[in-house]
Amino acid sequence: MFSSFGRYVLLLRLSFRRPEKFNVYWAEIMREMVSVGIGSLGIIAIISLFIGAATTIQVAFQLSSPLVPMTVAGSIARDSTILEFSPTISALVLAGRVGSSIASQIGTMRVTEQIDALEIMGVNAPGYLISPKIIACMTMIPLLVIMSILLGISGGYIACLVSRVVTPTDYLIGVRDSFDPLTVQVALVKAVVFGFIIASICAYQGFYTSGGALEVGQASTRGVVYSCVMILFADLVITRLML
Amino acid sequence: MIETINIHKTFGENEVLKGITANFLQGKNNLIIGSSGSGKTTLLKCIVGLHEPTKGEVIFAGENFTKMNFEQRVPIRTHIGMLFQNSALFDSMTVEENIMFPLNLFTEKSKEEKLERANFCLERVNLEGTNQLYPAELSGGMKKRVGIARAISMQPKYLFVDEPNSGLDPKTAILIDDLINELTEEYQMTTVIVTHDMNSVMGIGEHVIFLHNGEKWWEGSNKEIAHTDNKELNDFVFASKFMRAAKAKL
Repeated sequence: MFSSFGRYVLLLRLSFRRPEKFNVYWAEIMREMVSVGIGSLGIIAIISLFIGAATTIQVAFQLSSPLVPMTVAGSIARDSTILEFSPTISALVLAGRVGSSIASQIGTMRVTEQIDALEIMGVNAPGYLISPKIIACMTMIPLLVIMSILLGISGGYIACLVSRVVTPTDYLIGVRDSFDPLTVQVALVKAVVFGFIIASICAYQGFYTSGGALEVGQASTRGVVYSCVMILFADLVITRLML
Repeated sequence: MIETINIHKTFGENEVLKGITANFLQGKNNLIIGSSGSGKTTLLKCIVGLHEPTKGEVIFAGENFTKMNFEQRVPIRTHIGMLFQNSALFDSMTVEENIMFPLNLFTEKSKEEKLERANFCLERVNLEGTNQLYPAELSGGMKKRVGIARAISMQPKYLFVDEPNSGLDPKTAILIDDLINELTEEYQMTTVIVTHDMNSVMGIGEHVIFLHNGEKWWEGSNKEIAHTDNKELNDFVFASKFMRAAKAKL
């Protein structure tokens, strides 16, 4: 375990060595940003809408006491969405979508000697392959999380319109009531850290793949599983530190 | 010229290379031959720096490559072209992008100059007009030729080729051999080819090194092979009935 961690740290150090040519790396970063950001828009939009809607209905269901105003449902749904559902659930989904793609892409390049070809040319392979992915994930996942928050809260509003468990007006009052911008800061910090975790762990798993198609699949699975565990661990640490 | 001095390579308990000392001559096709597991590809990977030798040195034109760090190796690496067994073309790039990739990273050429060079390399391997195709759209022989085009794009001094004929039909294999031979002469490169294809050995083997159980067992030219009394080499070269019949006719 310690040797794996050491190799992971060394790989990260290699990944952030000075690039051979900045414009080639820049083009790669842009390509990865499109892949991570635009490519994940659909799935993040769908899960955010549904989670926002389901959260609102469940919170409203639990607020059975007449002493508690129904506007509280909006506040609870908002904070749950901002603090937990949008960053964490989105990151877990992205670990599956983006992380597995990173691990299998780099793993396939390893077993088909494409990484060897880069090294023979004198290219810093970790830098060229891994750093653009880490940068792309650390910039695009926070943007996806912001979108997820907006859609999650909209999902709650749609649930109110459709199910009438809370009136849309109560919901909107609750959403606006006693909003603390710190929650958004926490969500963004989480998103940046989760982005780093997904890209770096999955890239590490892919980079040290050896064998063939079976091992690439295993590396991809390991990348997703370890990323998910580390996301949940980081979630706990950040929550404890910032709130 | 490339020299290897007493190269040893061990993987765990398994000593794959046991002190290989050899010279690879400039302007010639240097073939490393031997049966499977004899250490051919490991030797090639030690020479190009994909494996670090456990012991020994690799010298490129008088410079000790083994003792260099990553940055120090870059200037030598820009003079190295390599064709991999499965071509190792970058899947996400077109043929043209594959060939232009090293030019983009290591030269200050304009886009037009790079494109011109890519077209020249494609022409040289008889693949004009394939610029926008992706590796998945190419046949095995075409992939090898694109691999060669990429390898020569930087006008290398050293060309390394791992099993150039694996998976190819005999006609295409001869075509690839001839192409490598022509380019070696044209650019006066030091070409190192790992193979166990006897047609290649007989066709382009100007300087042949035979490995057996991780040791250099024999060294000479393809013309000398038929007359050697080295038992292991004879067993390897004349394993097929066809080669035995050919030898009998000599």
